[in-house]
Amino acid sequence: MPSGWLLLLVLLIAALGYLAGRRRALASTGGRIRDLHSLPGAYGWNVALAVLIPSLLVLALWSALAPVALDRMVAPLMEGQEGEMSLLMSDVRRVAGGLELLGRDAVLDSEGLRDRLGGVGVALGEEVTPATLAAAQAYDRLQHRSRLLLDVLVLALALGAAAWAVRRTGPELRARNEVERSFLGLLVAAALVAIATTVGIVFALLFNTGKFFSLYPASEFFLGTTWSPSFGGGSTLGILPLAWGTLYISLISLLVAVPLGLLSAIYLSEYASPRLRAWAKPMLEVLAGIPSIVYGLFALLAVGPALLAVFGQGGFGIMQGGTAAITAGLVMGIMLIPFVSSLSDDIINAVPQAMRDGSLAMGATPSETIRQVVIPAALPGIMGAILLAASRAIGETMIVVLGAGAAASLSLNPFDAMTTITAKIVSQLTGDSDFNSPEALVAFALGMTLFVVTLLLNVLALWIVRRFREQYE
Amino acid sequence: MTDLPLDAAAGPRPAPRSLLEADPRTAARNRAEARFRAYGLAALLVGLAALVLLLGSILWNGFPAFTQTRVSLPVELSQAELDPEGTGDPAVIAKTSTFGFDDLIEAALAKAVVEAGIGTDLEPGDLADLLSSGAAAQVRDAVLADPSLVGQTVEFDLLASSRVDGYLKGRVTRESLADDRNLSPAHLDVVDALAARGAVSRGFNAAFILGADASEKRPEAAGIGVATLGSLTMMLVVLGLSLPLGVAASIYLEEFAPKNRFTDFIEVNIANLAAVPSIVFGILGLVAFIQFAGLPASAPLVGGLVLTLMTLPTIVIVTRASLKSVPPSIRDAALGVGASRMQAVFHHVLPLALPGIMTGAIIGMARALGETAPLLLIGMVGFVASNAPDGVLASFTSPNSAMPAQIYEWAKRADPAYYERAWGGIILLLVFLLLMNLGAVLLRRRFERRW
Repeated sequence: MPSGWLLLLVLLIAALGYLAGRRRALASTGGRIRDLHSLPGAYGWNVALAVLIPSLLVLALWSALAPVALDRMVAPLMEGQEGEMSLLMSDVRRVAGGLELLGRDAVLDSEGLRDRLGGVGVALGEEVTPATLAAAQAYDRLQHRSRLLLDVLVLALALGAAAWAVRRTGPELRARNEVERSFLGLLVAAALVAIATTVGIVFALLFNTGKFFSLYPASEFFLGTTWSPSFGGGSTLGILPLAWGTLYISLISLLVAVPLGLLSAIYLSEYASPRLRAWAKPMLEVLAGIPSIVYGLFALLAVGPALLAVFGQGGFGIMQGGTAAITAGLVMGIMLIPFVSSLSDDIINAVPQAMRDGSLAMGATPSETIRQVVIPAALPGIMGAILLAASRAIGETMIVVLGAGAAASLSLNPFDAMTTITAKIVSQLTGDSDFNSPEALVAFALGMTLFVVTLLLNVLALWIVRRFREQYE
Repeated sequence: MTDLPLDAAAGPRPAPRSLLEADPRTAARNRAEARFRAYGLAALLVGLAALVLLLGSILWNGFPAFTQTRVSLPVELSQAELDPEGTGDPAVIAKTSTFGFDDLIEAALAKAVVEAGIGTDLEPGDLADLLSSGAAAQVRDAVLADPSLVGQTVEFDLLASSRVDGYLKGRVTRESLADDRNLSPAHLDVVDALAARGAVSRGFNAAFILGADASEKRPEAAGIGVATLGSLTMMLVVLGLSLPLGVAASIYLEEFAPKNRFTDFIEVNIANLAAVPSIVFGILGLVAFIQFAGLPASAPLVGGLVLTLMTLPTIVIVTRASLKSVPPSIRDAALGVGASRMQAVFHHVLPLALPGIMTGAIIGMARALGETAPLLLIGMVGFVASNAPDGVLASFTSPNSAMPAQIYEWAKRADPAYYERAWGGIILLLVFLLLMNLGAVLLRRRFERRW
């Protein structure tokens, strides 16, 4: 039975259970609701939840673990090198899927099987070997058995739970309390998704980074000054040129975004008339709502050619192509303006008015007040905002993929093409390389580095901003 | 302290002057004030100018993608070529490959040029460069759909090649064709003459909005429709998962969670997840959903799951804010008449917080709609979107792309005709985002309550 049908059947049992529980509760007091502990609906929900929670849990766990267990059981049938196993197993799985379509007992030998599988829409790279066929047949048999077992188990569990919960139903059962306890459990489970996500990220990165470092020495990765992956093997994968590109482009973007964002925030909060503020602030924030792919295209097709026209061969002659660190940095700076300005705006507004009034009363001009009283008071918060913007800049992907170029270089010239950690994660994982080669696995080490750096920046920034807020509350 | 008179310490007093006249120091301070103010205004104007420049270049470069040049050409579908026996059986006609139809089109084009009285040195084979290389397939499909057309001369509206399209849109000029192997200036003379006779025309390009991606050689036939479908499917997954999960998590944290280490840990986690770079979520999706759980690569279902995890923190933060804004008196009143805490939340607090939650969900989804990088890692790259999915359920699991990934794919292709498509795709993407944000604003205006 496909799992979709199984799911529907479980839902149906739950719905029937709801009706049965409700009915039994009402019948137990002869229809007088006031003699029940809870409202009749609560008894219904009690049965429905008793059905749903265990059977869906089993269904989910089984679906997640069965493929892994099947692989374990079938893998001994195949002989292959360490690296090939995953490819061989995916062939076996594909053939097993095809066998199911052809009819389980229709195939007896591997002769001409590839064409027959092609006929039912299962495309294979090469002929099926007898060993693969045997493994696929074993896989198919085991899978069939596992599904049957799952069907029986889930249905038995659902029906058993329904019967148990209906039998318990009576005027004494504290159905509302039980239902609410289950609901609270569901709410906690939803809150745990956040932790599960973090754990998932850390494990996904750690596991594959460990694999990478077993193939490629960590010291050469962190200290290497050349980045030249070659998919045939024998690549040099040093992170330093990428880290340099990332830092340089982020620095350019901050040089654009911080002065512009900070000054606009100051102007909007201290000088602008309410009318100007009412339309200029949302307009500026439109920049923050535009997706980064749009900025990437803007960098590649508008800003890059414009810069090239001024600084390229026709002009100053210091720029070779439209994609360069300065292109990506400028555009990323524009993207970060609203980010810096709205954060600084909040922080400047949090500085108590009394400090401004005191300064103005002493005869300082508004700009002197801002420079010598407001900004120093807001400085820690502004530093936090800049760190948050820096972490955004380091993690930004599409602008640098499209605007910064592809060559990894340790150049000081902002008009040179550079590349970043994020851009290389994309190019290493979207290429055609084997997943277990160092050239693909390096992406996880890069991702790990990126994750750790942005996490530290964020934690630091959030800590600074929180301390700053507390100071004036 | 000393008893010295003040003016002895400060030196000789300056001569008394009028209060209405600023002394040099005050004037300098006032000038500094004006300068500072001007810097602020200038910074604001630069930011706004960047916005205008960005939107301007999008609209300017993207609008041409919504029109497309077509050539109307009477093609003689000769019976001798297609169906010598006169069977009228589509299976017989299908034996003629698109190459066979190429010959028919070349002949028709040569005839049209001669009839128009255009003198040209181009061979019929070269003339065919005026048309999209998909033109033969278009004619073939029409004939296979209606075999009775064989033997007649039928007027077809065929896609012009991307260079011809660019010429009529002003993107391609005679000078730019000088070192172009696809088209020569001589072709443009033919185009001019045909256009003068009304055989070449520009019309609305519905295929761009609804169609599928095309191969690298045929930018004139590429559309973003299938990728849009992929994006919409993903948004359904995101809405269906992140809204219930996010609301449930927020209710727990805001209404039930005791103040302890554990809930603090959850909160720190959510705050940090909100700032994790999106590409890291892509890595998570690749490892957890595709490698570990064995879900199909490039499937909108997986994309939706990744984007769900990404938008969850946003939704939790917004939902908690709107739950917090419901005054405690509501809860107290519900508890006072005998409701349980769960009933107070689900029957009273949640409905009152709903407009704020919906606004947050829309904003989170708008962010997810424009996200590209994680989708590239799970295989939802642009060129996948070349076929429409077979059915509603299949659209969740069969390989597809998404609007931003399609735009990225076009931006990477070498042909400048694809750049126009990429800008046009951005217009569509921004229209979707604008509609979603407008919806959020309207929702807030209509239902928001101030307590």
